[in-house]
Amino acid sequence: MAVITGQQPNLREAKGWRRTKNRIATVLMVVAFVLVVIPLVFVLITVVARGIKIISWQFLTSPIPPSVAPASEGGIGPAIVGTFLIVGLATLMAVPLGVLGAIYLNEYGGKGVLGRLIGFMADVMTGVPSIVMGLFIFSIWVLHFQFSGFAGALALGCLMLPVVIRSTDEMLKLVPNPLREGSYALGATKARVTITVVLPAAIGGIVSGALLAIARAAGETAPLLFTILTVTASNWNPFSGPNTSLPSQIFTNATSPYPGAQDRAWGAALTLIVIAFVLMIAARIVTARFTRYSR
Amino acid sequence: MSTVTQQVGPAGTAGPTRPLSQRRPFGDRTFQVITLAAGLLVLVILVLIAFTTTQQAAPWFKAEGWGIFGKTWNPATNQFGALSFIYGTAITSAIAVVMAVPVSVGIALLLTEVVPYRWARPIVYVIDLLAVVPSVVWGLWGILVFVPWIAKIYAHIASGVAGIPVLDNLFGAPTSGASFFTAGIILAFMITPIVTSLSREVIATVPAIDKEGAYALGATRLEMIQGAVWPHSKGGIVGAVLLGLGRAMGETIAAALVIGSSATITSHLFAPGDSMPAVIANQFPEASGTFRAALIGLGVLLFAFTIIINVIARGIVGRSAEQGSA
Amino acid sequence: MEQPEQNIVTGLQQSETAAPPQAQSAPEPHAQSAPEPQAYSEPGSTVFDAEKVSCYYGSFRAVTDVSLSVYENEITAFIGPSGCGKTTVLRTLNRMNDLVPGAHVEGDVRYRGASLYGKGVSPIAVRRNIGMVFQKPNPFPKSIYDNVAYGPRINGEHKKAKLDEIVERSLRQAALWDEVKDRLKASGLGLSGGQAQRLCIARTLAVEPDVVLMDEPCSALDPIATSAIEDLMRDIKSRYTIVIVTHNMQQATRVSDRTAFFSVLRNEESDTRTGVLVEYGRTQQIFEDPKDPRTEAYVTGQVG
Repeated sequence: MAVITGQQPNLREAKGWRRTKNRIATVLMVVAFVLVVIPLVFVLITVVARGIKIISWQFLTSPIPPSVAPASEGGIGPAIVGTFLIVGLATLMAVPLGVLGAIYLNEYGGKGVLGRLIGFMADVMTGVPSIVMGLFIFSIWVLHFQFSGFAGALALGCLMLPVVIRSTDEMLKLVPNPLREGSYALGATKARVTITVVLPAAIGGIVSGALLAIARAAGETAPLLFTILTVTASNWNPFSGPNTSLPSQIFTNATSPYPGAQDRAWGAALTLIVIAFVLMIAARIVTARFTRYSR
Repeated sequence: MSTVTQQVGPAGTAGPTRPLSQRRPFGDRTFQVITLAAGLLVLVILVLIAFTTTQQAAPWFKAEGWGIFGKTWNPATNQFGALSFIYGTAITSAIAVVMAVPVSVGIALLLTEVVPYRWARPIVYVIDLLAVVPSVVWGLWGILVFVPWIAKIYAHIASGVAGIPVLDNLFGAPTSGASFFTAGIILAFMITPIVTSLSREVIATVPAIDKEGAYALGATRLEMIQGAVWPHSKGGIVGAVLLGLGRAMGETIAAALVIGSSATITSHLFAPGDSMPAVIANQFPEASGTFRAALIGLGVLLFAFTIIINVIARGIVGRSAEQGSA
Repeated sequence: MEQPEQNIVTGLQQSETAAPPQAQSAPEPHAQSAPEPQAYSEPGSTVFDAEKVSCYYGSFRAVTDVSLSVYENEITAFIGPSGCGKTTVLRTLNRMNDLVPGAHVEGDVRYRGASLYGKGVSPIAVRRNIGMVFQKPNPFPKSIYDNVAYGPRINGEHKKAKLDEIVERSLRQAALWDEVKDRLKASGLGLSGGQAQRLCIARTLAVEPDVVLMDEPCSALDPIATSAIEDLMRDIKSRYTIVIVTHNMQQATRVSDRTAFFSVLRNEESDTRTGVLVEYGRTQQIFEDPKDPRTEAYVTGQVG
């Protein structure tokens, strides 16, 4: 080995231009992050600042007044009702089907041609624009059955389905195989192994993924445009008659010249963000507490 | 193999306590069928989307033929050429991608290479927060807060570049707060989370040995990234970019609120314009007949574009992830 | 004894499967801490009868032409170097290899006279009769109680009183009851290695199988836990038939009545390897008086 005796080894950083380039690159990466944080914080602060002025129990439960009404009148009650109904229905449809689809991909058909095609197309489907889903449900349902909250739920459900499939699939993959083997060795059928061992083991991640899908669906506007025909009246029956939702109201009010309507839009926006945050935090809590598969 | 004998043991011995032959339980087979049906639903829905929307848009295709790509969109005169919207979609998506990709890749590299583990979690939280802000809230903030503010900046820039050849064409008058560029900026914020998270996934598949090898040769971090990370991940990052592009193209509400809703084709980025999803959202309530067919037809075009982009993107991301970990 | 016919491919001594070995006097030699089994007598009825069994993973022939018999209420050990197919053969006995895509079996495996791979035989039913304990303990992420009650529940038992009884009995048989009886609701994941493996054994015993297969059950455990499991095996031997794969020869001498030695056969021309059964007989005979030079080399530690 060549040892240069008598000379101290040079252990300092790379000199000159190399070091500078490296530093610049690091700075740029940090700047990138900052560039993203600043507008995000700004948006959140604005929504909170403008929204909190109008938020009150009355605001959350009162019916929707005409646009011209000042901020002190009325509220967005029907929109909250609509959001819960429609998103709730969509969840009831999309989550079970999504979980079942993921079970097919992971436990039954994954490696075959059909399995890989379905998996690939589920990924592709996550990229279908939400407005296209709205047009789809319009074409296939609304034209025959009129506008309704349910139509909106169908559109949101179509949006949620591939997302739930993908996230559930990831979670099922994480369940260690020895658990399955232990169940098979006791004489369980594949369905039983899946339902009694695999699903309970993965349930934390599955629920967390579903919560995030719900958070996204709650904020969607475009699919609802052509399916629920935004109205202002409260409609507790999602199966008949047009409906409204928080994002729909925000959209309508955003282009309104009246300050009252705009204020209501901010209030609705704050409500929507709070809902999304709560779901996001719930997802993290569920993940942290319920995912432990093996010793 | 010998033939099956149903007897279960020579006489006198304790045989198996339960018989060995048993048809596959009904529940087991049913369950498998149900899961298969759920999986097939994905394919069924995609096919139905293509089918029903095309059917609804047929009157437009028939009426215009290749004129669907025409420049003029005027419901009053029954002219429905989509070119200006295609242009608008292309321009705003391009702006969004140009802005979002360096930022997203930068953040992805920050997370995977620079930041110690403890700091990574808060940064990821911030990105998740960014992803969870609904499109309509971006749009609301965009039109009520951002647009008035940036209109002044545009005006300044425009007067600054007035007369200069290329710059004037891009950034000169007419300017408007609600414009292609504004929509591009908002879209950039919205696609950053997905491009970042996919880039992270791709970079994570770079074998640690390669990275360590570069460091072991005395490379700086930047040099390691250039030498070890980039070659492995450039394919995947291209895929991530394409996915971001697809997302930007399809983004409706934020664009609808801040793009200016003016069906023009112009090189002036600060001028108001329109895009496919935006015009559908804005004009659908009043549309009927061929007008509505045209709007749905725009949706069909959008669907086709995004499907193609997504298929290519997923193909690239899928393959490059495999190669990276080989 | 007549000179056994050595078949170059199987290495199997033809005489072994034909007649049961003669009674021998009570053995002394390896008596350490383990109490020796009673004086050998005639073996009980045949539980498993494998005849020229070959196992394939796809086109790879993992095991070639294995023929042996397993007898009731005995502990039979499979020993041999790595890659010799002993685990593969074990898993053939309860059709666990069905779970591996591309795996299939040639030859005949009979369980108490009935063919395990015959038409119409359900692997589910097979596994209810023939249980398995794995190398790395794999308790379900459920409570200790639910782990043990899992088997009975899927067999249709739902009455709480009965389940309580089964859980306690199984945990006692597995020598785990005293340690966990106050925390049956605690998660099975929180147990130490030895405890978790005993939990898995309790889980297997809860369905009262006929046979218990064990795939290197102690290799992930420390010596104390290992000793506890070996005691357990001796205790339950009178009610179950046990087949154990082990790479620990001392363990085989401590617990088993019969030992089968497997090895790897290399085919120089086609450059393939496959597992073969070299010798099978009473444990004492295998270790003290091996007939095949390969057996002798292995048990005396000359080859790993």
